[in-house]
Amino acid sequence: MTTNTPIIKTVNLKKSFGNIEVLKGINLEINKGEVLVIVGPSGSGKSTFLRCLNFLERPTGGEIYFEGVNLLDKNVDINKHRQKMGMVFQHFNLFPHMTIIKNMSLAPMKLLKLSKNQAAEKARGLLERVGLGDRALSYPSQLSGGQKQRVAIVRALCMDPDVMLFDEPTSALDPEMVGEVLDVMKNLAKNGMTMVVVTHEMGFAKEVADKVIFMDEGIIMEEGTPEEVFGNPKNDRTKEFFSKVLI
Amino acid sequence: MNFSKIKSDFELNFKADNRWKYLTSGLSNTLKITFFAVLLGVALGVLVAIVRSSYDKNSSEMKNGLGKFFLSIANAVCKIYLTVIRGTPVVVQLMIMYYIIFASSRNSMLVAVLSFGINSGAYVAEIIRSGIMSIDNGQFEAGRSLGLNYVQTMRYIIIPQALKNVLPALANEFIVLLKETSVAGYVTIRDLTMGGNIIRAATYSPFMPLIAVALIYLVIVMFFSWLIGILERRLRQSDH
Repeated sequence: MTTNTPIIKTVNLKKSFGNIEVLKGINLEINKGEVLVIVGPSGSGKSTFLRCLNFLERPTGGEIYFEGVNLLDKNVDINKHRQKMGMVFQHFNLFPHMTIIKNMSLAPMKLLKLSKNQAAEKARGLLERVGLGDRALSYPSQLSGGQKQRVAIVRALCMDPDVMLFDEPTSALDPEMVGEVLDVMKNLAKNGMTMVVVTHEMGFAKEVADKVIFMDEGIIMEEGTPEEVFGNPKNDRTKEFFSKVLI
Repeated sequence: MNFSKIKSDFELNFKADNRWKYLTSGLSNTLKITFFAVLLGVALGVLVAIVRSSYDKNSSEMKNGLGKFFLSIANAVCKIYLTVIRGTPVVVQLMIMYYIIFASSRNSMLVAVLSFGINSGAYVAEIIRSGIMSIDNGQFEAGRSLGLNYVQTMRYIIIPQALKNVLPALANEFIVLLKETSVAGYVTIRDLTMGGNIIRAATYSPFMPLIAVALIYLVIVMFFSWLIGILERRLRQSDH
């Protein structure tokens, strides 16, 4: 269910922290409606790559095209493009001083100029969809980890993004809560959302991903469908990694 | 000291010539100076804290250009302000303001508000900066990733949490400020302390007026501590 124009395209994307080069030239295309899963050992640069896509880390070289616009262009207003790229973090990053409904309606009210009622209605609708309709007036500290992450996902969805970025969304969760978050993500994928997911959940990758890339030492070591990458890895580094993790 | 001595002392110090009015009008001046100095101090403090923490957080990431240039200048100005204000006694600052900078103005109340406000701003700035720095960077990233710009993220996400965290320290600063205004008498202001002192000088009886002044300060500080306690409990709603 993909079209031909990539929604995100990176060309020779590089990022250094001081003298340490974390990304050594990443070339990648993500098509509309596609689910891309990025796997790899820690320190491989996969989170950095994801954070470069919406400029939480400023790339030190290369190009990022998002919906045809080069984000590294000097005249680009990154805030406009970030509205179209939802992001979900490992540690949820809900705003602890606001109720769930306020967490969700803040950005739509300030940026999409929705009225308080419109934003709240939208937020409630999305909360219902992830089974948290009764928690609208709770504070984040009153929710479990899995509930927090589901709220974080729908908070991003409130902005009607074209792409959702997930940075290890289940890594900070207790094991029994991983499933509920993955279910929400699977649903999202089924409904045609373009997703870039950094994760260690190989089962999720196999089931949902259209494309998997294996990153190590700042480069893409292997790229292909889940069957190709998991079933028949060509690169020695990939084989070694998969032999160490449970699939 | 027997009861009739206490009674005559009391009448001499407070009732005769309506001397108690020195205390009430003094208290009114003390509260006025404190109130407006607090407003000025918080406004200045928030501003300086935002400049300083913005510089510390972003300057290494920013591209060279006009934005970085102005932020560096603003940061340098703020640093000088903090150094000078925190490095000199408030009573000296007050006298410099009154006798040198505003020598042509005889509005000593206004000069006092300015002096104490500018003085307090330096301490408030460092308190709020510590609050801003204590907020997890993930909060900032979450705001920016939604598309909020830097100012919006600061205003709706970072500053409210920072203020809540530093409320006890801020409350302490307000209490210090209230008591610091007791040096206002140096520039001819009849504040609470000065009021007590005028009575003492007139009656040659120091005990009652000075203890009265001390008690009034104490009661006011206790009252504000109580108010701030209520505020803290309300802000803690989200903590459970």
